[in-house]
Amino acid sequence: MVSEINAPASTVKPMLVSPGAAVWVTLCRDLRLGFRRQAELINPPLFFLIVVTLFPLGISPDPDFLAKLAPGVIWIAALLATLLAMDSLFRGDYEDGALDLLLVVPQPLFMHVLAKVCAHWLLTGLPLLILAPMLALMLSLPSQAYMTLIASLALGTPLLSLLGAIGAALTVGIRRGGMLLSLLILPLYIPVLLLGTGAVVAASEGLPADGQLLWLAVLLTLGLTLAPFAIAAGLRITASG
Amino acid sequence: MTEFLSVNQLVCERDERLLFHGLSFTLNSGEILQVTGANGSGKTSLLRILATLTEDYEGEIKFAGELIQRVLPEYRQQQLYLGHSPGIKGPLTPIENLRWLQGWYQSLSEQAIENALTAVDLYGYEDVPCYSLSAGQQRRVALAQLYLSHQALWILDEPFTAIDQNGVHHLEALLAEQASQGRSIILTTHHQLNVPDGFIKKLDIADYGE
Repeated sequence: MVSEINAPASTVKPMLVSPGAAVWVTLCRDLRLGFRRQAELINPPLFFLIVVTLFPLGISPDPDFLAKLAPGVIWIAALLATLLAMDSLFRGDYEDGALDLLLVVPQPLFMHVLAKVCAHWLLTGLPLLILAPMLALMLSLPSQAYMTLIASLALGTPLLSLLGAIGAALTVGIRRGGMLLSLLILPLYIPVLLLGTGAVVAASEGLPADGQLLWLAVLLTLGLTLAPFAIAAGLRITASG
Repeated sequence: MTEFLSVNQLVCERDERLLFHGLSFTLNSGEILQVTGANGSGKTSLLRILATLTEDYEGEIKFAGELIQRVLPEYRQQQLYLGHSPGIKGPLTPIENLRWLQGWYQSLSEQAIENALTAVDLYGYEDVPCYSLSAGQQRRVALAQLYLSHQALWILDEPFTAIDQNGVHHLEALLAEQASQGRSIILTTHHQLNVPDGFIKKLDIADYGE
């Protein structure tokens, strides 16, 4: 280690980062990490794909029957795929000590938490959104419901990620907290599921689905504004324990 | 003159067990505080309290005369915490790791990061994913932060773990040099620190135990 490379502490003029730039660092790091761990990356979409494909095989290949099932099946599979990926949100950071470093950053923690959830959704939620039309076709969902399906998932899956992150923050310190996470979070997922499937069912029957979609948008807005604080508080509790 | 950091009557309990009570010390700029004590005596707990990772304590900690709760963002901006597990991400390269570790505090040039890696003998490993580095080399990636840091207070938990003898000598030289330039350093180690006497203060946690 050659110490003369380091300029004396008193003369170093640090270029301070703005909170936005610091949050950008967190977002980029998590996205980069996600793309490097490809096995974990394909897990949620693969699960989604498998669960949905098994339904016609296991129940009935009859298109009319499948069309009735389609909204529920797609939404339940998306919900479970999100839940499956939730535990990994803070697990790695907790185990290698990066979470401690995140908790002592000078910027407000909720901003970093929001960036982490965003990155997590881009890696786990967005692929579901891309797969959904293909699976809808497979389950012969009426074509007028496609846009509603995409819209409901686009509003619903980020909400699932935000809610799941609260549970993940509280359970990350517990060994094998996965089970507890599911128990904590599933009740919170139910309203999202009801609104999501409700919207798609209405659209597939040719009825307006705006009401359900607007409700999902309301919940997402609430989630975006309030959940980061809850997640940050959960992480602080975990670190203190 | 106000002290850089002053800790007054600190009490810490973990799982119904009193780790230390009445712990007080002051630290001025340019001083190194070596915290010693047996395993499980609360060294890491003390450092986690000082790093503001937990509020689970009694007593007061003042940074430049102000309670740290009042000046939390400023205090956090001025501290560098290096814990037991340094948070190095296996899939990322040393450069990428340093970019996020220090990126929350300052914007860094590629050149500065390369210099820091050269300083910890990791030249030539910049683009290797960290999981293929040895434990000591991963530790060195974390320690490279010390060559980039502008923070006035370093809180280092066992910085010498997994570092070879040569590395330890360089690190000691760096600590002494940085202290002489006014940086305050708190560290735990069981190692006999080879630093000029004037800089170093010792704190034995056992003195404040039950």
